Amino acid sequence: MVEFKDYYQVMGVPRDATEAQIKQAYRKLARKYHPDVSKEKDAEARFKEVGEAYEVLRTPEKRAAYDRLGPNHRPGEDFRPPPDWNSDFEFSGAGRGDADYSDFFESLFGAQARAQGGRHRGFRPDRGEDHHAKVMLDLEASLTGGSRSFTLKMPEIDAEGRLTSKERILNVQVPKGILAGQQIRLAGQGAKPDSGKAGDLYIEVEFQPHALYHVDGRDLSLELPVAPWEAALGATVKTPTPSGVVELKIPPASHAGSKLRLKGRGIPANPPGDFYVILQIALPAANDDKAKAAYAAMAAALPFDPRASLGLGG
Amino acid sequence: MSPIQGQVLQGILVDESTLLSVEDLCRICAIERSHVAAFVEEGVLEVATVDAEEWRFRGDALRRARIAVRLQRDLELNLVGVALALDLMDEIERLRRDLKVRR
Repeated sequence: MVEFKDYYQVMGVPRDATEAQIKQAYRKLARKYHPDVSKEKDAEARFKEVGEAYEVLRTPEKRAAYDRLGPNHRPGEDFRPPPDWNSDFEFSGAGRGDADYSDFFESLFGAQARAQGGRHRGFRPDRGEDHHAKVMLDLEASLTGGSRSFTLKMPEIDAEGRLTSKERILNVQVPKGILAGQQIRLAGQGAKPDSGKAGDLYIEVEFQPHALYHVDGRDLSLELPVAPWEAALGATVKTPTPSGVVELKIPPASHAGSKLRLKGRGIPANPPGDFYVILQIALPAANDDKAKAAYAAMAAALPFDPRASLGLGG
Repeated sequence: MSPIQGQVLQGILVDESTLLSVEDLCRICAIERSHVAAFVEEGVLEVATVDAEEWRFRGDALRRARIAVRLQRDLELNLVGVALALDLMDEIERLRRDLKVRR
């Protein structure tokens, strides 16, 4: 049993939509949900769904066979294709190659898609295909190096020719200084052909958001809160850096947003990045008489107009 | 293919100092040589150096090439569109980082 999918609903087109309407709907949705472009939360899942719906609705034979299932199924309901549902249809053309389809799609078209061989591009048959994966990495792994374990889902064709996905756990030594967008090549961890050399696995890394540091390529930055008098008069304050706590000199007459650079203390790539401290002015709360008096004294002592540049006049 | 429990795989870092040949790109992205040539012609990829009349690409071209292949295939874009999209994506990435720092 698999869950029924309403491909017309996925694409947002009526059941009698023309080819042109379907194509138009696909392009719009694909642009919206393409994982490389989209920042939507479930972009990848939605994109797969849209791609699969398009694959069926754009191919006249597949669409006709799908339509034959009738309009009375609800999305998500348990579904088993009737035994003769696709008899008399001749399927042609390869599918989307390495795409991974829903169980519903597989139960309808899996065997044909596979038999028509979309999966092999016939490039260097003596060597297995290279595989790719993307992983989220903690920044510390790059700062210090070290091994991390990743759980990867690998599509696999089982004995019956159905596409399934298998999980495998890889322990990988993360190269110190790796940057977001860079890849780790793991030789021989790609597809293994029946004969010949296994392909490689390329792992692209992306950093998880860090509690303290922002990452910009190889540079890191930290927003460091300082008291108004520390910024105004200068001070030496403790600040965390990737290589440990350091005493940082705040120059006098600093202001909110002042940027202090610690050269070479960013990500230890080659060349190493820099570490930026961006000052933030934290104001003491005026919640007792002593604090209020101090603020009042400051107001009396300093001829200060923070809105001087707004042209409000005297 | 699956590693022994606890075994740590040593990977090779593909970064800007890595040089990739046309053949490397073809294999890793599963594309033809003519496809790489078209990418270069449209400015999707930049040739880093030429070694014995063979193009060499910087390691970070790999990520760009893979995105380009996906955009072309999934969004049915032509190469000019792919090149434009990649440039705009770089720009958005840069602006996002700026925004994070400034908040």
